[in-house]
Amino acid sequence: MSLRKLLAAGLAATMFSTTAFAETNITWWHAMGGQLGETVNKIASDFNASQDDYKITPVFKGTYEEALTAGIASFRAGEHPNILQVFDAGAATVIGAKGATIPVEDLLNENGVNFDINDYIAGVRYFYADADGKMIGMPFNSSTPIMYFNEEALEKAGVSAPKTWEEFAETTAPALKEAGYIPMTQSHLPWIFTENFFSRHNLQFATNNNGYDEGVAEININTPEIKAHFTALKEWKDAGLFEWYGTGWGDNQKPFEEGKVAVWLGSSGSFGGLKEKVDFKFSATLLPYWEGVTKEPTQTFIGGASLFAMAGKSAEENKATAEFFQYLTSPEVQYMWHKETGYVPVTEAAYELAKKDGYYEESPAAEVGIQQLQLPAGEWTKGYRMGFYVQIRDVMNREYGRILTGETSVEDAFATIEKESNALLARFAKTQG
Amino acid sequence: MKRASFSNLWMPVLLLLPQVSIIFVFFYWPAFEALKSSFYLQDPFGFSGTFVGLDNYFTLFQNAEYLRISLFTLVFTVCVTFFSLALGLLFAVKADKVIRGASTYKTLLMWVYAVAPPVAGILGVSLFYQGHGLITQLFAFFGHEFVIGVNYYDTGFALIAVSIWKQVPINFIFFLSGLQSVPRSIREAAMIDNRSSSRRFWTITFPLLAPTAFFLLITNITYAMFDTFGVIDVMLRSEPGNNPMTLTYKVYVDGFRGGDLGGSSAQSVILMILVLALTIFQFRLIERRIHYT
Repeated sequence: MSLRKLLAAGLAATMFSTTAFAETNITWWHAMGGQLGETVNKIASDFNASQDDYKITPVFKGTYEEALTAGIASFRAGEHPNILQVFDAGAATVIGAKGATIPVEDLLNENGVNFDINDYIAGVRYFYADADGKMIGMPFNSSTPIMYFNEEALEKAGVSAPKTWEEFAETTAPALKEAGYIPMTQSHLPWIFTENFFSRHNLQFATNNNGYDEGVAEININTPEIKAHFTALKEWKDAGLFEWYGTGWGDNQKPFEEGKVAVWLGSSGSFGGLKEKVDFKFSATLLPYWEGVTKEPTQTFIGGASLFAMAGKSAEENKATAEFFQYLTSPEVQYMWHKETGYVPVTEAAYELAKKDGYYEESPAAEVGIQQLQLPAGEWTKGYRMGFYVQIRDVMNREYGRILTGETSVEDAFATIEKESNALLARFAKTQG
Repeated sequence: MKRASFSNLWMPVLLLLPQVSIIFVFFYWPAFEALKSSFYLQDPFGFSGTFVGLDNYFTLFQNAEYLRISLFTLVFTVCVTFFSLALGLLFAVKADKVIRGASTYKTLLMWVYAVAPPVAGILGVSLFYQGHGLITQLFAFFGHEFVIGVNYYDTGFALIAVSIWKQVPINFIFFLSGLQSVPRSIREAAMIDNRSSSRRFWTITFPLLAPTAFFLLITNITYAMFDTFGVIDVMLRSEPGNNPMTLTYKVYVDGFRGGDLGGSSAQSVILMILVLALTIFQFRLIERRIHYT
C-alpha cells in the first residue's frame, strides 16, 4: 500500500469515527457529595445511555459555596461548565449577573422543549424566577425544613409530635426532658429559624417585594415575631429543652442519630441518609408554627439548589443542556431522585407518580416535605432575593451563636444583623450598577 | 577590589529577566489588581461595578466584626509565635544534651514538620471533637465542658494549640543547628566562670542564638498570619459561624465564599501593608543590632 493510500484510509477512518460519535459533550458542576453524588452520577449515565446524541459529564466541586466560587472563577476565565448547580443563598448573585446564564425558560422554549411553569409544584415555581415570574434557574434538588422525631422517644414520654411551638414549649419538650432526652436540635438557624420562619408565618422578609423588585431592598429582620422566637430558643436552651452544637450541620444531626435527641429539625432531603444510618423508628411532620403569630400557617420556602445554564456556549451544547433538563424533569427521573435522596419531586406529574406507586404508604415521612410545600401560599411565601446573601447568613450565624452562648442579648444581636445586612445589601446594589 | 561589570546593558537585563518576570507575574501584577479592585464594588462575574474610592476601607474600619477579628489575629499571632518558639527552643536545648539515642529523639520531634496543614487540622478536629475527642475528655476530667464550634474561646484555644504544634518542629530544627554551631571552647570557658547552667544559657548561649531566633521570629509571625489557613479552614469546617478567625481567613470568607471582591481586596491590601511594615522592621531596626557570627 502506498503512503498516499494509507493516509487516505487513515483520514477516512478518522472522519468515519467522528461521524459515528458525533455526540455533543456538556459538563455539569455540582455540589452533591456522598450518596447524593452517586445518584447524580446515575442520572447522568442513564441520560447518556438513553440516547446517542449527547453526553453529559457531572463533576463534583465540593460544598455549595465552593461550587459557586469555582463557577464564578471559571466564568471569568471563559472555561465554565454548561450547567452549574447554585444553592438557594447564592441564587441572587447568579440571577443578578444578567448575561452569565440563559434563563431556563428561554433555553427550553428556544430548543423546542415544552415549558409550562404550572407543571412545577407550587412551592418551587417562583423561587428561582425573576420579578416577572420567568423561571431563570431549573429547580433541581429541592428540599424544605421539616421536623423529624424519634418515635420511641415520643412514645416513652407519652407525647405526640407538636404542631405548634406553644405545644412544644408547654407539653412536648418538658415530657421529653423528663424521659431523659434532649428534646430538640436543629441544623441551620438562618434557613430553618429565619427564612422559613418568615414563610411559615407569612411575614414579609425584605422590602421591595422580598427583594424581587428593582432597587435596594432592606431586610425585615429586626421585627418582634422573630425576636420573640429567638428569646424563646434561648430560654429553652437554658431550661434544657433545646440544644445547639454550633453552626455545623452534622454536629446537630449526629446526636439525633445517636438517639440522644428526640426531635431534630433538618432538611426533607436528609431523609434518604437518615433511613440508612438510624436503627430506631423515626418519622417526620410539618415544621411547627407559633399560634400566637398566625392561625393560618403557610407553606415554606424551598432550600437546596437549582441548575443554571451558563451563557457563552454553542447552540448545539445549549440544545444538549435543554434535552438534559427535559430528561431530568421527566416524572420517572424525578421520582427516582426523590426516592433515593428524599429531595422533593419538582413537578406535579412526578408527585402523582410517587403517589400512584404507593411510595407514601410504605414511608409516609417521605411525603412531609412536599406536603409542606403544597400548603396554602401567602403573599410572602414565593421566595426572597437578596444579594451577598451568603455573607448575610454568616452574619446571622455569628449573632445567633452569640445569643445562644449568652455573649449578647436578642435585642442587640438583631439590631446588629439588621445593620450589617442592610449595609451588605446596599453594597451589593452598587456591584450591579 | 575590582568591580565586575558588563560591557553592555542587554546581557544583565537578559539574565535578570526570568527572575523579574516571575516576580511580576506572581507578585506585582496580582498586587496591582488587588489594589485596583479595592477601589471598586464589582459583580462577582465581572459584568458591572462601581468606583467607590476608599469606601471599602472605611467600611472595614467601621465594622465591629473586622476589629474583633483583628484583635483575635493579634492574640493568635503572639501566642503561636511565642509558644512555638519557646517550645522549639526548649526541645532543642534538651535534645542537644541527650547522648544515647539522640537521633531517635530528634526524628520524633521533627516528623510533625512533614504534616500538611489540612492534615494537622483533621488531627485537631478529632482531638478536640465535641464530647468524644481526647483533649475534650481531658478538659471534662478537670471539670471544663470544652465545646469547639460553640464556645468562642474554646475554639480559639484549639486553633492556637494545633497551629503551635504544627510549627514547633521547624523551630526545633533551626535552634538545634544553631546550638550545635556554638563553639565548644566558648561553652567550656563559660563552664569555668559559672556553674549555674541556666545562667550560662541566658548569658552566653542565648545571645549567640540571637540571629537564629530573630530569623525564626519573623518566619513564625508570617506563619501565624498566613500559613495557618489550612488548619483554620479544616478546623472550622468551612463554617465561620461565631468562631474566631484570622484576617487571612476573613479575606477568603468575604472574597471567595461571599463573592465580595472589592471588600476582600481592600483586606488583602491591608495585609500587604502589614507585611511591608514587618519587612521594614526586620531590615531597618533589628538587623543592625544583631551580630551575625
